[in-house]
Amino acid sequence: MKATIVDLKPAVRRPRVRWGDRLLYLYTWAIIVWLCLPIAVMIAFGFNDTTGRLNLTWQGFTLKWYGQLFSVPDLTTALVNSLTIAVVATLGSAVLGTLIGLALGKYRFRGQGALNIVQFAAISAPETVMGASLLSFFVQLGVGRGYWTILIAHIMFSLSFVAITVRSRVLTLDPSIDEAARDLGAGGWAVFRLVTLPMIFPAVLAGALLAFALSIDDFIITSFNSGSTLTFPLWIWGAQRNGLPPQVNVMGTLIFVGGILLAAGNAVVARRRR
Amino acid sequence: MRRRLVPYLLILPGGLWLAIFFVVPMVVMLSFSLMEGDVVNGFALTWHWQNYTEGISTYADQLVRSLLYGVLATAACILLAYPAAYWIAFRGGVRKTTYLFLMLLPFFVSFVLRTFSWKFLLADDGIVLGPLKSAGLLPQDFHVIATGFAVVAGLTYNYLPFMVLPIYVALERVDPTMVEAAQDLYAGRAQAFLRVVFPLSLPGVFAGVLMTFVPVSADYVNATVLGGTNNTMIGNIIQNLYLVNSDYPEAAALSFTLMAILLVGIFLYARALGTEDVLEVATR
Repeated sequence: MKATIVDLKPAVRRPRVRWGDRLLYLYTWAIIVWLCLPIAVMIAFGFNDTTGRLNLTWQGFTLKWYGQLFSVPDLTTALVNSLTIAVVATLGSAVLGTLIGLALGKYRFRGQGALNIVQFAAISAPETVMGASLLSFFVQLGVGRGYWTILIAHIMFSLSFVAITVRSRVLTLDPSIDEAARDLGAGGWAVFRLVTLPMIFPAVLAGALLAFALSIDDFIITSFNSGSTLTFPLWIWGAQRNGLPPQVNVMGTLIFVGGILLAAGNAVVARRRR
Repeated sequence: MRRRLVPYLLILPGGLWLAIFFVVPMVVMLSFSLMEGDVVNGFALTWHWQNYTEGISTYADQLVRSLLYGVLATAACILLAYPAAYWIAFRGGVRKTTYLFLMLLPFFVSFVLRTFSWKFLLADDGIVLGPLKSAGLLPQDFHVIATGFAVVAGLTYNYLPFMVLPIYVALERVDPTMVEAAQDLYAGRAQAFLRVVFPLSLPGVFAGVLMTFVPVSADYVNATVLGGTNNTMIGNIIQNLYLVNSDYPEAAALSFTLMAILLVGIFLYARALGTEDVLEVATR
């Protein structure tokens, strides 16, 4: 008699301790530790009290490298290049990408398929091939490589990411909201500024953050189109032979912390708007 | 009439940017791959197909190695990422996003810096191998750096988050009541996973493969930093021919060969998986 009652309510049964779940839990943490290990080493060796350029063995704790952050002039120039390129490339790709995302999400038009294919190709083509083809193009035109060609490349490879992020947000919007605004007498620009833009803003912000991250981290495409201009990753690449100074670790740490703060801020904004 | 023009005006600036700096360069590179000449005397389009045949035969080793490393690292990524993505999606509870965020932390550190950090960690007498060697647990000539294993491990490390993310997204969409339904129909836990959850997660695995296999096979950073001179990949050759030798025709031919092989590989894989509409999956 009792057995039938239990059978009818299987949901009430207390879940047993599942060893599989325990193992998976430990496994997940092991993966996280593995992923964070080189980052922890990078951060730790920014506090290493070394003398001279080599930063290979632990010599004790110091904060002096944070004080002497800008004492390697070329490295500072490279970091400034990376940051200004990332900011301008983010603004550029955010504007261009948002416009494409709006068009793809809101309208049906001829050439849509072709645009999708080009964007898909620009996202999935190997970086080595994209960098090489852009270099071929600049060589053919006789354009010298440097700051501007890096900027052009960065806008090129990040704008599709913004477009896709914005498009998926636009697709979730109810078109009748636009119509309602029009019925209330808003013109095209007013609808965009007062209705559409506030609603897609979280997606624009997310896309822009992605563009910033892609730009500041890019090495492969940049290395093909940089000429003699150095960005932060390119400087590290070149200096590596003689050992990396601790300032590199400090800058890496600051970029890491800044990135996490930006992402957290974005998450907060997204939650508030929901 | 004006409204019909709106989408074209919207895509005009970005579309032009992509056309001029992505599509046209590809065409230019294609024409380079059929040219002859050198930097001093200039290049001329002579439909020199030998760039392809000579390139493939000269650098066959590197091409094969790139694909091998690509397949190995992608497979390692799937095997490592799947259980973790599964646990986060189904057992992560309220902290799901936090766990996922922890998995994505490497994205906040420069790719090049992370790779050098591994080189530092695994150096022959570095902070991991040094103590093990002096304790007599490893032979003195044991090394990890400058091996194929180090390259594949580095590639796996660098691209793992790209595999975790899409698999997680696919698994997160699986309705738990489907699993309950399967169990009500007397499927065991293993069967419910193999016949319900796993097939539903395949689009995520596919997207992950797309996001890892292509960049991994074309990478040259890991091979340079972790692989020494005997484990170079085709990316190293292309980079070297372009930036050191200025042999643009040969480098362009190799770039196209690489891209063609990767495209064919991806489409064959899509066929095998039954996901014929690659574009649909990729642009969703």
